[in-house]
Amino acid sequence: MPTLKELARRPNPLTGGHSACAGCGFPQAVRLVLMSIEEPVVVAGATGCMEVTTTTYPNTAWTVPFIHNAFENAAATISGVEAAYRALRRQGKIDREIRFVAFGGDGGTYDIGLQSLSGAVERGHRFLYVCYDNQAYMNTGIQRSSATPYGASTTTSPAGEAVPGKLQRRKDLTAILAAHGIPYVAQSTIAHWQDLTRKVRRAMEVDGPAFINVLAPCRLGWGTDPAMTVRMAELAAETCAWPLFEVDHGQWHVTYVPKQKLPVEEYLRPQERFRHVFQDKSGQLLAAIQRDVDEQWEALLAKAGQAVDGKAASRA
Amino acid sequence: MATTEAYRITERRRVTMTGAEATAEAMRQIHPDVVAAYPITPQTDIVMRFARFVADGVVQTEFVPVESEHSALSAVVGASAAGARAMTATSGPGFALMHEILYVAAGYRLPIVMPVANRALSGPINIHGDHSDTMGSRDAGWIHLYAENAQEAYDDLIQAVRIAEHPEVRVPVLVGQDGFIITHGMEIVEVLTDDEVRAFVGEYRPERYLLDVDHPMTVGALALQNSYFEVKRQLAEAVRRSARIIADVGEEFGRLTGRYYGLTEPYRMEDAELVIVAIGSTAGTAKDVIDELRGRGVKAGLVKVRVFRPFPARNLRDLLGRARAVAVLDRADSYAGLGGPLFAETKAALYGLPQAPVMTGYVYGLGGRDITPEMIAAVYDDLGQLAERARADHAAVAAEAALSVRYLGVRER
Ligand SMILES: Cc1ncc(C[n+]2csc(CCOP(=O)(O)OP(=O)(O)O)c2C)c(N)n1
Ligand code: SF4
Repeated sequence: MPTLKELARRPNPLTGGHSACAGCGFPQAVRLVLMSIEEPVVVAGATGCMEVTTTTYPNTAWTVPFIHNAFENAAATISGVEAAYRALRRQGKIDREIRFVAFGGDGGTYDIGLQSLSGAVERGHRFLYVCYDNQAYMNTGIQRSSATPYGASTTTSPAGEAVPGKLQRRKDLTAILAAHGIPYVAQSTIAHWQDLTRKVRRAMEVDGPAFINVLAPCRLGWGTDPAMTVRMAELAAETCAWPLFEVDHGQWHVTYVPKQKLPVEEYLRPQERFRHVFQDKSGQLLAAIQRDVDEQWEALLAKAGQAVDGKAASRA
Repeated sequence: MATTEAYRITERRRVTMTGAEATAEAMRQIHPDVVAAYPITPQTDIVMRFARFVADGVVQTEFVPVESEHSALSAVVGASAAGARAMTATSGPGFALMHEILYVAAGYRLPIVMPVANRALSGPINIHGDHSDTMGSRDAGWIHLYAENAQEAYDDLIQAVRIAEHPEVRVPVLVGQDGFIITHGMEIVEVLTDDEVRAFVGEYRPERYLLDVDHPMTVGALALQNSYFEVKRQLAEAVRRSARIIADVGEEFGRLTGRYYGLTEPYRMEDAELVIVAIGSTAGTAKDVIDELRGRGVKAGLVKVRVFRPFPARNLRDLLGRARAVAVLDRADSYAGLGGPLFAETKAALYGLPQAPVMTGYVYGLGGRDITPEMIAAVYDDLGQLAERARADHAAVAAEAALSVRYLGVRER
């Protein structure tokens, strides 16, 4: 487990000077993940904000080998890279230990890239897939994805007179990955650096595919103050709207149980995408969102065999 | 290992094989580092056999049985960029599903080699051979080779590795073979020894690759208006340059095997007046018909187009410039375009020749519909009449013929 000081001294895999918005969450996710890995890495990235803001030719922000193929195939691409590694290593052409990481946004992971991800983990390639989840298709202008939470307003699920934002629940992708029975699956955020770096280390230890879903707020799509990005990720965990957990060889653990679970309102209020929720005088929409969060949190605790009263110990 | 020994070929052999078998055999001898594949008829026979080689330990290839063709080519792009010699194989709808990634592979200049068992595209669904698949992606930037028979499917695949990896080329190469007709037809194939093939293809030594972690590189950066066009222009230049490399490799292969390959293959063209231009197995059928017609004094000839990209325009001008009438046979339609892709491009190649022959186009064989020697003989008949009519008014007949596309062997009622 590296200390924060040690982490800060590691070579930076993603240099400054990329063109992500000030206060964007994904660069934090990329740095925390890659700086937690001691071995040399090769990285694949899906099309999306991360890719377009870090690789505008003739520049690149990546100081590690990086490949972008298309929007939906980061997992298939890294599985080819990993297969090449195995082949060349067996032939003695490469004698180093190298690790493989793929990054995709929620659109490129929950939706169009799900088949490729499912296939790659099912085949058992040794790599870590990290979804930096900002809960919408940000790069094309904030459209809903299946990661967008219930009630959020996006450009393809706008809140209007007749329809109050997105009508469906967020897809539980982490659980879907866990259902593949792969060695390690986890959920974290860019704000919980210790939790995230520990999970990445664990993902590197296991012999096989690993998946980590990292909440990485998008200040533009969420309509939040750039200075609030990390706080938003914290609030997501404090309200249990984005629980932190892991599934290690089939064992579910909740890795962070807030001392006092905050009402979801505290997380939603600073976000413009939920503004209509508070304009609804009946309070029904807010109540529905709270109910949804509670249900999912309790279901998670039950799966992890942890007490519903919130007294269970945090592992983080 | 006993099984490995059983597969090894140490002396050249003449073996009865299907095109799929010959292709798998070539892949075994090429011994790529990574093969990713997804089953689709009629290609499946190739990768099934290759998977057997992997299972028996005959090859050390990493075999990646992916969940779709899209992922097959995606993984092969990853493997190739990582520094491996990487291959996949597909057919029809599988090739169509790869469409987006075909461009990526070419744009990244990855020397991927892919056998394609040419197959029709839905709807309606049809598993049989035509060229709609690869012709539909003719502008993706890949080099296109087409085999006439199992021997050529085997020979082309071996040459394709050298072409793709040539430092002046570095462009992916597909090798088409007619689905079922070649993939499943039994023929006698001369197989080289393992050592000969290995020596011919040589070791793959990429200059820069992802797994060279001490020299990090970014592959597939975002190229905007200030650079994208140059990347594509360079690709066009590389594909154009490959014409010479393809000819050189074909020559070198000829010295090894006695089977010489060029961009086109003329058949009895020295004095030919009535000429068919065709791709693939149909060229073989046409050769038989020509021999028969020649016996009756008809000056029939054939130009087989082996390489469709780079398009052999100069060869066609040289070969067809003295013909009186030319028929171009397409196993793919362009649906109210100016004929099938081969017809349209052959016409374009001959444009401006002072003595250009009259030319007409035929679409045939869609969805595996038979093309018989009688049909081909009928085309030569048509050409004879066309040439006669052109004697009276060449310009008018040529202009009309250039716009006419006939459907060969289809029920019109
Ligand atoms: C096949 C295909 N469909 C659509 C697109 C357009 N596209 C590019 S990025 C993107 C959205 C990416 O969203 P996400 O994966 O959530 O990442 P983010 O931009 O939020 O970082 C879309 C729809 C594409 N490039 N390719
Ligand atoms: S739009 Fe959102 S995800 Fe994209 S760079 Fe800006 S803050 Fe980051």
